[in-house]
Amino acid sequence: MFVAHGRVNSPHPLMGPRLTNISLTGQTADFAAHDRRLLAARRAGAGDLRFRLLALGAAVTVMLVFAGVIAALLVGALPAFRAFGLSFVTTDAWSPTQETFGALASVYGTLVTSAIAMLIAVPVGIGIAIFLTELCPRPLRRPIAMAIELLAAIPSIIYGIWGLFVFAPWFQAHVQQPIIEATDGIAVIGSLLGGAPYGIGVFTASVILSIMILPFICAVTRDVFETVPHVLKEAAYGLGCTTWEVMWRVALPFARTGVVGGAMLALGRALGETMAVTFVIGNAHNIDVSLFSPGTTISATIANEFTEATGALYSSSLIALGLVLFVITFIVLAGAQLMLRAMERRAGR
Amino acid sequence: MTSRLANPGLYLRRRLTNGLFILLSLAAALFGLVWLALILYALLKEGVSAMGPHIFSLPTPPPMMEGGLYNAILGSVIMSALAVAVGAPIGLFAGTWLAEYGRHHRLAFIVRFVNDILLSAPSIVIGLFIYEVMVARMGHFSALAGAASLAVIVIPVVTRTTENMLLLVPGGLREAASALGAPRSFVITAVTWKAARAGIVTGVLLAVARISGETAPLLFTALNNQFTTADLNSPMASLPAVIFQYAMSPYDDWHALAWAGALLITAAVLALSILARLLERKQRR
Repeated sequence: MFVAHGRVNSPHPLMGPRLTNISLTGQTADFAAHDRRLLAARRAGAGDLRFRLLALGAAVTVMLVFAGVIAALLVGALPAFRAFGLSFVTTDAWSPTQETFGALASVYGTLVTSAIAMLIAVPVGIGIAIFLTELCPRPLRRPIAMAIELLAAIPSIIYGIWGLFVFAPWFQAHVQQPIIEATDGIAVIGSLLGGAPYGIGVFTASVILSIMILPFICAVTRDVFETVPHVLKEAAYGLGCTTWEVMWRVALPFARTGVVGGAMLALGRALGETMAVTFVIGNAHNIDVSLFSPGTTISATIANEFTEATGALYSSSLIALGLVLFVITFIVLAGAQLMLRAMERRAGR
Repeated sequence: MTSRLANPGLYLRRRLTNGLFILLSLAAALFGLVWLALILYALLKEGVSAMGPHIFSLPTPPPMMEGGLYNAILGSVIMSALAVAVGAPIGLFAGTWLAEYGRHHRLAFIVRFVNDILLSAPSIVIGLFIYEVMVARMGHFSALAGAASLAVIVIPVVTRTTENMLLLVPGGLREAASALGAPRSFVITAVTWKAARAGIVTGVLLAVARISGETAPLLFTALNNQFTTADLNSPMASLPAVIFQYAMSPYDDWHALAWAGALLITAAVLALSILARLLERKQRR
């Protein structure tokens, strides 16, 4: 029988002695050691439970934070909704001096900037993902993928300052001016791309947003493209398909759920993006047909006005804006998660 | 010579489409890389010329006076450190619960869902939340509230990476440790955490990278402070908040300081992200 001599040298009291302390001493059972281990077992049981509860507590904290965010926004937004009711989201009059607040201009700006950003970022993001998985020479793959991912790491305030001082002036002189001159007088496009070339405005904000969400779309698309079984692609190539046909007709349909999920994840980011937009959108509470005109988004309005908001109704209206934003992003992000989970399950099978 | 193909026109068209598509995806990749290059170039050009020892030694100045970013750097470091000190343990334990205890628990599905929503939730909403719970209650802006809002951003990042990294640890390791008689908590702290150490550190680094550029939640929690302070109960300057204030101002020397701050943040964040990625690769190997 194995019996430990002297101090039990073990990584844990319950785990028995290290081999160095074991000797074969025949029948003599070490009752003291047995008792010690029983005691240790009891103590370890209590410690084990404590650790488990600690972990559970942390997990519950995550849920409490989430519930707290919703509760705080609801409580804060209550005065505004009580004063304006549903017209808060259906009117666009935003006047701190007259204490009337309607969120429509902000909501419109949020939706339009995000939509344009998606129009640019989705095709480009998928294009980059295809380039990286199918066309890129192997040694270049990792550096290029890393560079694209670094776009996501750059803080949004950096996009903001760069957009304001570098991109907007360039865009104003070299893109906006010629476009406005060229489209002037054309029926729909003329008014869509008309007005004065400010440099900053809804379209500028959309372009900056599209660069910011590009890496999200690219990363998720790349991940789901890797789940496409090689035999599927090889079979298609074997039939004589070109790279384009393999990607468009085989890989993309297979990975559709994941790509849509990734796009929605990016949309969630775009909707809530604050600083970059605040710098370049112009912060004007108006709904203008022209995409070159200044506008505002929910997050930009809050960032600009919250600390200067005087009066309970003004603050409450801004918090109500936050609630509207949270609800919109929640729906989009929840949808994204459901699709990505479905994709994961399929890839796991 | 007659073509062996039944329909040479179709073949040509398919090849042309393919060529066009390859060009387009190449253009897409260049499009992404060009933006990165342009942003980094502008940061270096404007940031380096504004850089100097005064950035680190002098506090933020009134307009037209000489000054640096000392108080903003200090504020950012203090609040980020506090946020990580509070948020990282919570995230570590929450991720541990998800991977070790509640892997298939019904509660775990909800926690995972909620955590992923928090991970991408607009940070400005987090700022509003902390404003409501802390600033409005205490009656004043404070560094504590700023750190709290950053901690709320740290938690989901650390939770997610910790869970992912713990799931990479082979189950056999846990079973072997359990078979030796080690209780569950000991298996986790001495075996799985140890095996996933690089991955867990990755999560913390990513969280630090994420919060060091966060501006929106700080605007109405820590606000800003023109003076140097280490008092957690008073408003505190931070690099992002100062960049925002100075970039929006009409003064050229404030713009220069904003660029210097932007360069500092970007250098820190990019270094952290690259380090995190290298560590993650080490973990996955």
